[in-house]
Amino acid sequence: MDDLRIADLGDTAFSVEFGEAVDRTASAKVMGLRHAIDDAHRAGNVTGLVELVPTFRSLLVSYDPLVTRRRTIQAEVMAVAAACSDAPVTAARSWRLPVCYDDDLGPDIDAVCRAAGLSRAEMIAVHTGTDYFVYMLGFMPGFAYMGDIPEPLRLPRRSTPRVKVPAGSVAVAGSLGAVYPWDSPGGWHLLGRTPVTFFDPARTPPSLLAPGDSVRFHAVERADYEAACRDPGRLAPEHLLAEGG
Amino acid sequence: MSPHLHILSPGLHTTIQDFGRFGFQDLGVPVAGALDFAGLRLANALVGNQPGEACLEISTLGPTLRVEADSVRLAICGPMRLMLGAAAGGERRALEADRSHRLSRGDIVEIGAVAAASVAYLAVAGGFDLAPVMGSLSTYVRAGLGPLGGKPLAVGTVLPLRAATASDSDDLALPEAMAYGGGPIRVMLGPQQDSFTDEAVATFLSAEYTVSKQADRMGLRLEGPRLAHRAGPDIASDGLVSGCIQVPGDGGPIILLADHQTTGGYAKIATVISADLPRLGRAMPGTRLSFAPVSVEQAEAARQMLEREIERRITGLRPVGAMIGIDLTALYDSNLVSGMVDAIDGE
Repeated sequence: MDDLRIADLGDTAFSVEFGEAVDRTASAKVMGLRHAIDDAHRAGNVTGLVELVPTFRSLLVSYDPLVTRRRTIQAEVMAVAAACSDAPVTAARSWRLPVCYDDDLGPDIDAVCRAAGLSRAEMIAVHTGTDYFVYMLGFMPGFAYMGDIPEPLRLPRRSTPRVKVPAGSVAVAGSLGAVYPWDSPGGWHLLGRTPVTFFDPARTPPSLLAPGDSVRFHAVERADYEAACRDPGRLAPEHLLAEGG
Repeated sequence: MSPHLHILSPGLHTTIQDFGRFGFQDLGVPVAGALDFAGLRLANALVGNQPGEACLEISTLGPTLRVEADSVRLAICGPMRLMLGAAAGGERRALEADRSHRLSRGDIVEIGAVAAASVAYLAVAGGFDLAPVMGSLSTYVRAGLGPLGGKPLAVGTVLPLRAATASDSDDLALPEAMAYGGGPIRVMLGPQQDSFTDEAVATFLSAEYTVSKQADRMGLRLEGPRLAHRAGPDIASDGLVSGCIQVPGDGGPIILLADHQTTGGYAKIATVISADLPRLGRAMPGTRLSFAPVSVEQAEAARQMLEREIERRITGLRPVGAMIGIDLTALYDSNLVSGMVDAIDGE
């Protein structure tokens, strides 16, 4: 890893950056370094580490400035990076998540189909035909930025964000996809809704998705969607893992 | 019922906070925690707690509560106007902030406006008997994470106490109020100072800004000269820390505080050093701020200095048993003691 750059975030963190591109190559470096630092921390070779936050093309390293000094922990992290391979990290877990693509649940279906020049069936086939990689989480607890959305479904964000996007909404914007874990404002295009609970503080881990996971959507009928909403137990995380995932 | 504090009036925005919920930022979970970690530590020290025990963080206007335990020791750290009255035939008496008080069943504490800061902290000896959520008692209201359903206090909220009674040892007082410093807020440039024009960086480091009314636990939006980006405000979303100063497309800087999102897609011109975070956490709308750049070594030295300031006050805590019998009302009325607790009669 010789193409990295360090950026300052005050005296409690720094960021290790791998170029400007948002792609799997950069993400593999971020995730590789994250796991290597975790291992080195457990082995006692990184002191004062508080947290690692992987994002598209950088890794935030936050530390306790009363336990270590920047010079020390940066040298420890750089030593880990120097010994770290660029080999891509395989997806940690593979999820298969149900989506109902009905108009009232995916109010932007028509607009997206028009922009893409696809029929509804074709749009659903494209959206469900790809394994999405979870690059990072952010924006709100459990909100996963996944990609890459196939070319025809790539649209700029809505010019006017919605004040309230319902929890479970399956959305796309540009090359990225996501599911809103909570009711919240949002500017992405809504294609459907999943009955899955993405964040539950009582679960360990609390978030269904984690950086490095892989997600595949599959279409379900309205009746199945509503049955699942009434019986969330059927959607416990262990029932959502793909075969061998 | 088990010992507790009963909330008669919740105040403007009173939440339970400790040092924060660490370890879940990779899952998008904000750290939250006390806006002023120095105040949290001092409040806890006043009642003999561990430094990071969860306290009530009182914003702008405090709650009114009734003691439903045989006795309890509590302390409020911060520039508060307080009322305290005994339910049982309350004789009017006044109590100071920045010291502990042993109270009895039925006592009513009415906490008024925070006078010169946006937050103050109330600690109870032994702590609140609440179950941590994901390892922390900090409250993150936007996602409903934390004790009490992740919500601020409400009328009728019951705050269970771990200690059924308070020891009859002397109460303690801070030797002096915490000094949060003045002068420019110290920053380290980065992580994206290169996203800004040279002129914007120079302006940021020389102009005066004012904390706007858009100020909450998530951050402080500043009013003042706009800062121009070289090529737009958007970056590939990356990680954030408290103190990050992000600048969206309108050019107006926003200082992120405890409830900030874990990641963000706006360029960040600089980051406030940790030693100045408690001061910013207390900054009220209208506060004027300017910024001065420091090196990481200077930032680390400043943080050590802040720790020494906190520790000096903790080691200097003095017993105030001798104060009993003094007519505190007279002291208050004659303005000899700052941060007084006023008194009300019981029901």
